Amino acid sequence: MNPTLLPGDAHDADLLAHVRPPDWVNPVPARCYNLVVLGGGTAGLVTAVGAAGLGAKVALVEKNLMGGDCLNFGCVPSKALLRSARFYADVAFSGKFTGGDPLPSEADFAAAMERMRRLRAQLARRDSAQRLRDLGVDVFLGTAAFVDPRHVEVAGAKLAFKKAVIATGSRAAQPAIEGIEEAGYLTNETVFNLTVRPRRLLVIGGGPLGSELAQAFCRLGSQVIIAHQTPYFLPDEERDAAEILAYSLRRDGIDVRLNTEVKSVVRQDGEKRARLVNYDQDETIAVDEILVGVGRAPNVEGLNLEAAGVEYDLKHGVRVNDFLQTTRPGIYAAGDVALAQKYTHMADATARLVIQNALFLGRKRLSSLVVPWCTYTDPEIAHVGIYVDEARERGFRMKTFTVPMSESDRAVLDGDEEGFVKIHVREGTDTILGATIVARHAGEMINEISLAMVAGIGLKTVSQVIHSYPTQAEAIRKAGDAYIRTRLTPFLASLSRRWLAWSRG
Amino acid sequence: MVPRGHDLDTLPAVMDLEQLERNAVGYFLRAGNPANGLIADSSREGAPCSIAATGLGLSAFIVGVERGYLTRREAAERTLAALRFFRDSPQGEEPDATGYRGFYYHFLDLATGRRIWDCELSMIDTAILIAGILSGGCYFSAPDDDEREIREISKFLYERIDWAWAARDLAVVSMGWKPKAGFISYSWEGYSEALLLYLLGLGSPTHPLPAESYRAWTTTYQWENLYDIELLFAGPLFIHQLSHLWIDFRGIQDELMRDMRSDYFENSRRATRVQQQYALRNPKGFKGYGENCWGVTAGPGPGFVSQREKGGIARQFYGYVARGVPFGPDDGTLAPWAVAASLPFAPEIVLPALQHFQDAYPQVVKDGLLTSFNPTFDTGETGPAGWLSPEHYGLDQGPVAIMFENHRSGLLWNLMRECPALVRGLARAGFRKGGGSSMR
Repeated sequence: MNPTLLPGDAHDADLLAHVRPPDWVNPVPARCYNLVVLGGGTAGLVTAVGAAGLGAKVALVEKNLMGGDCLNFGCVPSKALLRSARFYADVAFSGKFTGGDPLPSEADFAAAMERMRRLRAQLARRDSAQRLRDLGVDVFLGTAAFVDPRHVEVAGAKLAFKKAVIATGSRAAQPAIEGIEEAGYLTNETVFNLTVRPRRLLVIGGGPLGSELAQAFCRLGSQVIIAHQTPYFLPDEERDAAEILAYSLRRDGIDVRLNTEVKSVVRQDGEKRARLVNYDQDETIAVDEILVGVGRAPNVEGLNLEAAGVEYDLKHGVRVNDFLQTTRPGIYAAGDVALAQKYTHMADATARLVIQNALFLGRKRLSSLVVPWCTYTDPEIAHVGIYVDEARERGFRMKTFTVPMSESDRAVLDGDEEGFVKIHVREGTDTILGATIVARHAGEMINEISLAMVAGIGLKTVSQVIHSYPTQAEAIRKAGDAYIRTRLTPFLASLSRRWLAWSRG
Repeated sequence: MVPRGHDLDTLPAVMDLEQLERNAVGYFLRAGNPANGLIADSSREGAPCSIAATGLGLSAFIVGVERGYLTRREAAERTLAALRFFRDSPQGEEPDATGYRGFYYHFLDLATGRRIWDCELSMIDTAILIAGILSGGCYFSAPDDDEREIREISKFLYERIDWAWAARDLAVVSMGWKPKAGFISYSWEGYSEALLLYLLGLGSPTHPLPAESYRAWTTTYQWENLYDIELLFAGPLFIHQLSHLWIDFRGIQDELMRDMRSDYFENSRRATRVQQQYALRNPKGFKGYGENCWGVTAGPGPGFVSQREKGGIARQFYGYVARGVPFGPDDGTLAPWAVAASLPFAPEIVLPALQHFQDAYPQVVKDGLLTSFNPTFDTGETGPAGWLSPEHYGLDQGPVAIMFENHRSGLLWNLMRECPALVRGLARAGFRKGGGSSMR
């Protein structure tokens, strides 16, 4: 059994049968591949399947589990858990929906974790080694290393290629905290193996992973303390969004410690004692488990990138240009290993871009992508495009059309009135430069804005699109309506009044 | 145009607005330590000195003199006591100093003037204090020894502040500093009361903030269209008031306001209307909210407790937090003082709101405007007001006294128009006379 999965668990055994079949036999290498893909996560899978579908001879090499971080230790298991947690939160706040007394809401942690493992195994079929083989991809399980700029070695086989794509992903960054290695800690790669609820959990890091899982574990019954080193959660997000999140976490019962550094950890008397320092406040707390989410490190080690002439560094990963070419012509990179924006959908998008650029003389640019992202807390925080300070730095005058979710009938009826839609447009135009949405389903709603931006649709047109009533996405249309009303200048308003007066006779 | 020049007694109402102003000034007379001029943070027994309350008090004394609530001599004595204290008290890295590099700790022992509670060296509270000190320097212009000394010390204290140090190398001013830990990592982001801090810092002839610091800060501004009202957004109402206590922003514009064809005064007027619009919508169904019942800002509340209403709604209440609209936090707590302090911006909605408070919740205006109350919070007692703040705060009474007077006579605005520090600061921030707002 893979050390990052749960030994003896039937669902994980099922998962493994898909993503690391124990009886897998690597194929005999072809004489030369159009494309060798290093890594079987999202970027690697999309590249391999897409290229094979277009008739390329493709080899894919995976060192660990097919499906990568997203399927095994990331989006898939975390969202399964978040859904269970949200259910228990709805039960805990059931008075809001039933009008009566709250229902008993003690969570069945083990069952929620088992559900997560079952669903993960179910979704693994799509990423399975067998499926890829059926689609015509030569799947090699083993550790890949470049031999030279035209060859990769894996499990004793030497694969010759015309083009290669490095898509080895990233892993949880190691925390630089005294004693934490000895005391032991969880990351996204091990936390989903828990079968017993930790009574007390310290989450280190208030980024997307830390915020999401802190909320999930709290709602599943753990006492959670979250320690975040800077003043706001999600430091890249708008302050209003980050503040709503901080209050939401506190309302759920999480002990939120901002500006707090975890200085050291020791294991003592069967518990972990962590020293938290907030300026001159120094406190030691005792917990049962520690979950660390302090960033991601690119998987660049062991690939012998030097032999291929591919430049990289341990912090930022493989160096690529705007066409996702590495410093060696013919070798490209996609996904977490090369990108600052380490999202599954970016891995997917860059894989599609690489197929065109590597195999079909394409000139698609990374910088042309419109990239949304979402943190799946409750409420969710989603963003696409430019931020306010970026706009002013770039000399744009920007105006933000803000609609609180409480202006959406459906959000009120659903009890989801917390949050907002903010759509940024270039001053004097309806050109959408970006948006931030805080709402229970912000991740779904942001897609409409992304579509508008990619298609060049302005806020005026968004206002003209009939949105089903009642839906929460109607808040987006209301932002468009607000834009339209700003176009009614006093002169136009006066003309309108005079026309209507004349019409009355 | 904004209706201006209302005198308080022109309102045909039963409530005595003059008395509210008198009570507001009276807070500082009651809460001051005559020995060192320091003023208590709140009316709570044993409350420490707040340097911000002290600064507000120094300006409130000027209001008091002009309205005959105290003599010029008494005001000068109180002012001089405070100025001498700040001049002579320890400035250094020792943990119980009064200040460091010309800044002061947020809270001081009311008797000794030493730092308490391990609080931070506060840049914004120092700015409020120094604004009050400078107002004294401008007002006490007589040739006698006391008033001459007030002018000299106020100049000395202002010029001693090392604003450049507070901006570090980042061109972004930190919110605070602590003796062992150094600068705290919060810095000013988005429109806020820090406008006053930046203008005072930019105006310093000795240790000014770098000019680019203002631009760096204003790049984080967010110009929003909310409820069909366009404004530079900030949630808590006090943010839209504090800098305006000493600066008349009517008709002057920095680069952003020129771009947006508005000014900061007009912006505060719009922010006041946003508060009313939010209360009309009342998205969380709090008791009392309505056309004449609004005013959400930072301040004390019922405490960090939850209550369940009939119908199953669980309400989370908060203690002292930065409440704001429309994104919250909002727990149904309203701040009558903050409504009053918006009087110059929007008298046509502020005066009816104050009248409503008087009629519906007489307790909140009985002994001066209350800091806050919460009709939604069930105290177990009958009466519509619900939870009532047990104290008055200097941070609340100061804006009431000063803004009532600014509305009546423009007293502090006219006085500070001649303040060299602010004149320089406004110029360095790029303020110029503008064409006025396009949307008044």
